[in-house]
Formats: sequence, structure tokens, C-alpha cells
Amino acid sequence: MKVKFRIRRFNPEVDKKPYWGEYTLDNVEPTDRILELLHRVKWEQDGTLTLRRSCAHGVCGSDAVRINGVNKLACKVLVKTLDLKDGGQVQVEPILGLPVVKDLVVDFEPFFDHYRTVMPYFMPATPRPGDGRERRQSPEDRARFDDTTKCILCACCTTSCPSFWASGEYVGPAAIVNAHRFIFDSRDGATQERLNILSEESGVWRCRTIFNCTPACPREIEVTRAIGEVKLAIQRNGR
Amino acid sequence: MDVKTHQFDVVVIGAGGAGMMAALYASRGAKTAVISKLYPTRSHTGTAQGGIGAALANLDEDHWEWHAFDTVKGGDYLTDQNAAETLAREAIDAVIELELMGLPFDRNPDGTISQRRFGGHTNNQTKKPVRRACHAADRTGHMILQTLYQNCIKEKVTFFDEYQAIDLITNNGKACGVAAVCIDDGEIHVFHAKAICFATGGWGRLWETTSNAHSLTGDGPALVWRAGLPLQDMEFFQFHPTGLYPVGLLITEAVRGEGGVLINDKGERFMERYAPTIKDLASRDVVARSIYLEVQAGRGIGGKRYVHLDVRPETVNRYLAEAGEDRRVDADYILSKLPDITDFCHTYLGIDPTKSPIPIQPTAHYGMGGIPTDLNAAVLSSGAGTVVPGLYAAGEVACVSVHGANRLGTNSLTDLIVFGRKAGKAMADYARQADFVPLPTNPAGKIIAEIERIRKSSGKTKPYMIRQEMQKVMMDHVSVFREAPGLQKALDTVRELKSRYQDDLAVDDRGMRFNTDLLEAWELGCMLDLAEITTLSAMERKESRGGHSREDYPKRDDVNFLVHTMAYPEKGGIRIAHDRAVDLSLGYQPAERVY
Repeated sequence: MKVKFRIRRFNPEVDKKPYWGEYTLDNVEPTDRILELLHRVKWEQDGTLTLRRSCAHGVCGSDAVRINGVNKLACKVLVKTLDLKDGGQVQVEPILGLPVVKDLVVDFEPFFDHYRTVMPYFMPATPRPGDGRERRQSPEDRARFDDTTKCILCACCTTSCPSFWASGEYVGPAAIVNAHRFIFDSRDGATQERLNILSEESGVWRCRTIFNCTPACPREIEVTRAIGEVKLAIQRNGR
Repeated sequence: MDVKTHQFDVVVIGAGGAGMMAALYASRGAKTAVISKLYPTRSHTGTAQGGIGAALANLDEDHWEWHAFDTVKGGDYLTDQNAAETLAREAIDAVIELELMGLPFDRNPDGTISQRRFGGHTNNQTKKPVRRACHAADRTGHMILQTLYQNCIKEKVTFFDEYQAIDLITNNGKACGVAAVCIDDGEIHVFHAKAICFATGGWGRLWETTSNAHSLTGDGPALVWRAGLPLQDMEFFQFHPTGLYPVGLLITEAVRGEGGVLINDKGERFMERYAPTIKDLASRDVVARSIYLEVQAGRGIGGKRYVHLDVRPETVNRYLAEAGEDRRVDADYILSKLPDITDFCHTYLGIDPTKSPIPIQPTAHYGMGGIPTDLNAAVLSSGAGTVVPGLYAAGEVACVSVHGANRLGTNSLTDLIVFGRKAGKAMADYARQADFVPLPTNPAGKIIAEIERIRKSSGKTKPYMIRQEMQKVMMDHVSVFREAPGLQKALDTVRELKSRYQDDLAVDDRGMRFNTDLLEAWELGCMLDLAEITTLSAMERKESRGGHSREDYPKRDDVNFLVHTMAYPEKGGIRIAHDRAVDLSLGYQPAERVY
């Protein structure tokens, strides 16, 4: 089938303002991934089209873009899921709320800055076991934070959040998800420090429970629930 | 062009498992920087699924010696036995260290790290599969990558994210720096260093069907080669038996570890014929060849080029009962152990693996060869074992050689941690006693000229055309089975593509900012170099061993080829020598390899 692509283009080296580039691709298969088609545009038609990508199967988190107005990983969207007629149109733009570097590439530094503020690393509650072996953890305790270990830092959640769009000061859903992963890990001893960080003005209370983040997550993490659990932990003064 | 210069004791190129492990250790004793063309969490380590091998013996009796032997046998006896010993011995402590860093492994009821079966890992007495693969669901690599990045943040490791290394700078045979492009603004930076470690991963993008990320273009080996140094065992590239058909993405061996079986068009569990003892859990080279042979014999599903991987509970339970095992599984169990696989099947094929079998085909997966190193990750300049001062390599890019002619599943992650750690320690020690080797004058002059040549190229051949032709010819003639005429055709084609790359390239983007058009074209040059070296190495190995199967030389030949291949750059060409001996220090004599 034939598919038209409408892609938001902006190269600050040459463009005064962003514009829509339009490209038509023939011989598109229903099972083609949007990433493959963006590659076809870049490789066959216009090498200046710029995007990030790496693993191409939804694990590395490089290729978050807005497809028909919804945050997705381009490598996880198949043409057939877009309900296109022959000659139909797909619109692709950079994710919102982060500065555009070029075309579909945004500046990830503010996103990773927020991530780093929540102490996204293990702070053991107990010394190393004397027998030289692993710290033990029950399967139930391990299951408590399983969902938030899946995060790939693609920014689909954070850049779908109206509170983040309204203020880039807000740490955003992804940072909270990564704090949750440690707050609810029974081996970790820095729960209170993280809860203190997240109860500041830039923390969880900026979340208005709009739920955009949960459907945006390509890893199907229940992001809004995780944020709610952190809010509850702050009120309870601990996990 | 303006060049910015930085000075660090240690520079690590690549921020996957090996690179970050090396950086964590190096930064404790030396001023260290990591430069990576991707944000660290985008690295390909994150896509490893099934587990990391270590003889923890949490569930079954196990010993590091068994792990070492399995690694040697898995490598079809080309594995250096001292390297296998290092890997298997230190794996135990390495996995414990990851847990202590916070890695959320799956747990046994007693709270210890959960382990499962994987191909080629056995109880050496009963020859039956042993549970050795430590895992976090089917995203073990993701958890390793995240945990290492988290610890790098905690220990304040310095990163240069989205800087692409494009040249290794040497002076009088000593490594002294790296030139890199800051992708964001296109500026060239020179990193002056005492010690440099390549940890850039693999080069699966040489082939048409691959599990590898787009970024795995072999930049590291190409830079080392261009600096005049050899590459080892490049003909050994693993085809993973179970790539999702038709896209090639990885379906972990853990599917078979949990009880999944391979089925042909006639409904037969065909691995019973090829590996009577451990069947579907034979080494990857054995299983990949078996699938090819089934397809060749017309027993692919519907006559097509794939077979089925069946992990439906009723199938798994039938074969568990047949094997006399008490264990039974249900759909919830499969889902809890293989959530990502379930998601891939759903996303890309619209199927539920607990209800339908998964179509699979072998997919280019892992380079056993690479930059030759000693046991401390120091790079070698010859088969005699001469070390290049200040140069290190670890992980997939390196050839220790711990994987020999075929890597066992889970040993890649073990390799990253064990040898990444060794590289980090060795570099910190080296930096303490060594002085900076001065940079040559105009250290980036040559590479800037090459980059500008590509930027201004105005021929007719776009990079993707050359890339696709290379990938097709490598897939057709330098994959699971090889023979002389096909290899010659591949070599001729690659050489012709190299000349078009030099003379007729067309790049659209002439800008400085985030110019991926230019960088993809540059990466293609790396891949063409490696394709030529791989093909020539394969031509000169006139036997079949592990991942290298010659239809015209179907037998292993220990008299002439129990030796590593070294490819040396010479007079603008390639000289192949078999001048690096295999270490046999554990005393495992080459034997017929049956599973």
C-alpha cells in the first residue's frame, strides 16, 4: 500500500522555524514498523531527516516520537495498527516538552537531570552478608517493585504529561518510577531521603493524576499507580 | 576545523556492560571518562534476555569446573582454557557483586538468586542440563545495564554521551588517544589518555537478518585495525537459532530453558535426532545448523524458511512428563518468566506464545572473534602475545578467547562483568605507573580529512544501497553454512562495494548538527572493512568448527586448525595467519562434540 508521511522538520542550522515535510512511500506492508518507514524516508528520499534509534524492538528506548499525536516508540508501532487506508497519512513529530535539537531528536539532558535527582541507585540498608554471598530477598518482596524495574528511560511518560509541559521543573513520571523502584525494594535503606526529595515542590505533588503517562508507557508500567504509591508513602512517612 | 582536547588517565569507549564495569573500577583509581555514541541506557547489553551464567549452585549441584568445561566444549575446543577458567571461577563473585550493587534478580523461595537451564550448560557427570543461568525475568541484560548505570551515577563517573569515537591515536606503537565527534554539534574532540579501553560491542549489522541494534556496526574493531593491529577469529560469528521470523529479533534461549521445544512442519521435535541427550538445549551452533537442515529438507513450516518454537503449556508439560520430570507449567508461569517475549510476539506478530507456537529462524547474533586480548584485557599486537601498551578491550568486541568457535548462552553477560572488571582494574594500575605518551602533531588531521571527504561526497551511491548489498551477500554466503565459491563471491562483492564506497558515495546532509547521515556512512566503512576480514578469515579456515561450518570441509581438523586465526593489516591488504596457539591448560583434550 501507499502511505503518506507528514514529519515535523527543524534544523536550526538552516531553518528559521519548524515546518512539515511530506513524503510518500510505496510498497508499504501492514507489518512494517514506523521506524523502518522513517528509515526508508531517510535512506531513499532525504538523508537529512534526523532521528534516534538503536535496538529497533522496544528495549533501548531511543526512538520515542509522537505518532498521530500519541507518544510511541517508532519501532513498536506497526502500520496495521494505525487503521490506514491506501494512501493514508501518518504524522510524526518529536516528543513534547524537551527542546528540539533537530527534526525528531530532542535534548534529553533535562530528562536525565531529573532522573539523577531522585537518587536512582541502590543504597543498601544492611552491610554485605558475611558469607560472601548475595543479600536474600523473598519472592514476595521482589515482586513488590517488579513493575517499575521495567523502565527503559524512553521519556514517553514524562513527555505525555501536561504537568511536565506546564513546568519543566517537575521531575516527571519517569523519575518517580525510578525512585519507586528503590523506595519499594526491601533491601534499600534510603527510602526517607527519596521521599523527602519527592515531597519538594518539584516532586510528586505536581502530578494531577491525569493518567496520560500510563497508556504512553511502551513497557506497560502502571506509571500513575506507581506515582500514587509514592504519594501514599510520603503521607505514611515510609514504605 | 577547531579541535577540543581533553585529558584523562583512562578513556573507555562504549557504555554497555563491559564499558561501565570497566569505568566503575578504573574510576576508583584513575581519572576516567566514558565516551559513547549512545546514551548509556540505550546500549545493546540491555537487550540480553535469558540470564548470566555462574555456578552458584543455588538449585542444582554445580561447580565452576563444570562451567569451564561446558564453555570449552561449547567453543568446540577453540576456547582458550585459561580464559574459560577465569570466566567460570570469577563468574560466581561477579554475579554476587551485581546483586550487591542492587540488581533485582528473580528469587528462589529461600531468597537466593533464581537460576534456570540454558543451552550447553550441564552437569558434567550426568550430562543433563543444570540450572546455572541467573536471571531477572527475561530482561536480565536490561537489569544489568540499568544497575551499572545507576552505580556509575552513584560513583560520579564522567560520561560523554553521544560522542562517537572515530579514530584511535597512537604514537610509536603506544595508544595515546581517541578522536571523537560530538554528535550534537559535529565538533571533533581529542581525548588524550594513558589507557584506552574498547567496549563497543558487536557488528551484527553486517548481516541482513540480525538480532543486533542498528548501532552495532563494529566501529571498535575497525579503529583498532586501522591503527595497524590484528583481529582474531573473525570467521566465528554466532547465528542464534531463535530469531523471530521474519524480523530477526532475539527470542531468548530461556524459552527452551523453561521447557519450550523446536517443532518442524511434520510436528516432529527434530532436535531429538541431532542432540539425543540434551535435545533443544544443545549449543547454539548445533541448533542453528539443525534448523537450516530441516528447512533445506523441506520441513520448514509450510515449506518456508522457519520452524516453530513451541512453549504452550500443554506442549511443555507433555515433554516434561515424557522426560519423567515432576515439574509442570501453566500460562501464568510462562508469562511471569517470559514477559518480554510475550510482548514481542504480541507486538510484532499478534500472537500469544502460550496459545500459538512462535515462528523462528536463525539470526546473526554475536561475534566470538574481535580484538585479541590477554586475560587482563590488554590488547595484543601479534599471535605471539605481545601487548600494546595502554590499549585494552573487553566484552563482545574483545577476543580473549573465552568463547572459542561458539559462545554458550549466558556467557556473554558473564564475559562483560568478569573481563570488564579486569580491564578497569588493569587500567587503574597502568595509569598509576605510566606517563602520558605525547599526542602526535595534528592528531586528528587524517580523520578530519576522511570525515570531510564523506560530508562532501557527491557520487550516485547512497550508503543504504551499499549496506543492503553487503548485508545480503554476507547472509547468503557467510552465515550458518559456507563453501569456497560462495565465500569468493562474497569477497568479490565486498571489495567492489568498498571501491564504490571510496569513489561514488552520496551523502545528503552536509551540516554539522546531529548529522546521522554522515555518521551512518562512516559506520558503513567500518562494516565493509570487517566484512572483508570476516570473509577472508572464513576462506582460510578449511574445516568446520563451532559457528564456522564449511560444506566443502565438513569435519573438524585438529591437526591443522586447532589454532586461532589472526588477520593482520599489511600493505593496504589483509594477511591471514594461524599463529596464535589455543591454551589447553585445563587439560581438556579435543573430543568429539555430542550433546
